[in-house]
Amino acid sequence: MAIKIFKKFFKKFFSGIFKEKKEVKLGFYGPPNAGKTSLANRICKDFIGEEIGTVSKIPHETRKIQFKEKVVIEYKGKKMIFKMIDTPGIATRIDYEDFLKYKMSRADAKKRAKEATQGVVESIKWLDDMDIVVIVLDASENPYNQVNITIIGNLVARKIPVLIVANKVDLRKADIRKVEAAFPEYGVVGISAKYGKNLEEFYDAIFKLSNKI
Amino acid sequence: MVKKKDLGKIKGFTIRFLPYSEIRTLSSNERIKKILDIVLGNNLLILQGKLMPDEETRLIGDTMAMIGHVKNFRGIELAVITGNGDEGFFGKMKKGVVEALTGGDLGAITIIGPATIVKEIKRNPRKIELLLNN
Repeated sequence: MAIKIFKKFFKKFFSGIFKEKKEVKLGFYGPPNAGKTSLANRICKDFIGEEIGTVSKIPHETRKIQFKEKVVIEYKGKKMIFKMIDTPGIATRIDYEDFLKYKMSRADAKKRAKEATQGVVESIKWLDDMDIVVIVLDASENPYNQVNITIIGNLVARKIPVLIVANKVDLRKADIRKVEAAFPEYGVVGISAKYGKNLEEFYDAIFKLSNKI
Repeated sequence: MVKKKDLGKIKGFTIRFLPYSEIRTLSSNERIKKILDIVLGNNLLILQGKLMPDEETRLIGDTMAMIGHVKNFRGIELAVITGNGDEGFFGKMKKGVVEALTGGDLGAITIIGPATIVKEIKRNPRKIELLLNN
């Protein structure tokens, strides 16, 4: 009996030392045009030198899940390996006519709307696969959007750690206090993905959350 | 999944109140089907209580699946109004017991309307505004 316990202890101890570090699946979720891809691009560019996807002023630019594997983030002497997962923006309505004001043809607008609806379905399906989720919100918009509340509610129910990022703090209309007031139970980090502002606080928060999984 | 329908030209709408007792015994699929059937009938639905988080995402997913398949359907506007969350420990515990007994948060109200009728639901901690399309 004692030998069995001893063997088990050694097996666990050495496998813990020699096993390859697990990749943390880091998902970027949020409403359309909040800056999910901009933030994921910023991180990927900084650590692997390439971007994850294209960004645009036209909503629903990301219409398919896109990811980068084995992104090694080194920060303050710590090192972690992430699988970065950028998701299409979640919305409850998608009207192709909204795209027409961006001088898009009717056929292209309809195609974009169709792909965007499929993207939302895909984003929702992937929720279960995440280890940590970063909810990216536009700090210049009203945070009391039901989509934000629904996504966070789902993550809490699935016990997935959440970090809320109030992006676009460089904009004059941005108000991080509004985001903090809307989600008082969660950590909120104000950043500008476009200008790389306050990313240190973001990495601090991500490393802290990684310890919880 | 709701059958293919044509919403046609929007001429008006009805506000429909649905007490929680109407959906309490239904499965998640049946709840979502019932809600979408009401919304597709050009009704602005006021539901007593709220859906479970995974039901809310399924509602969004099913809504997306219907855009492009149901004529003139562009999606929904959705808002859930709950307590302010300042109940404190015993308040939360009491609320939890009541929810367990009744099967849902009856103090909450869920508003769901088709996007063709409801342009936007603006909300902040103090008020909710429903902006309707002309």
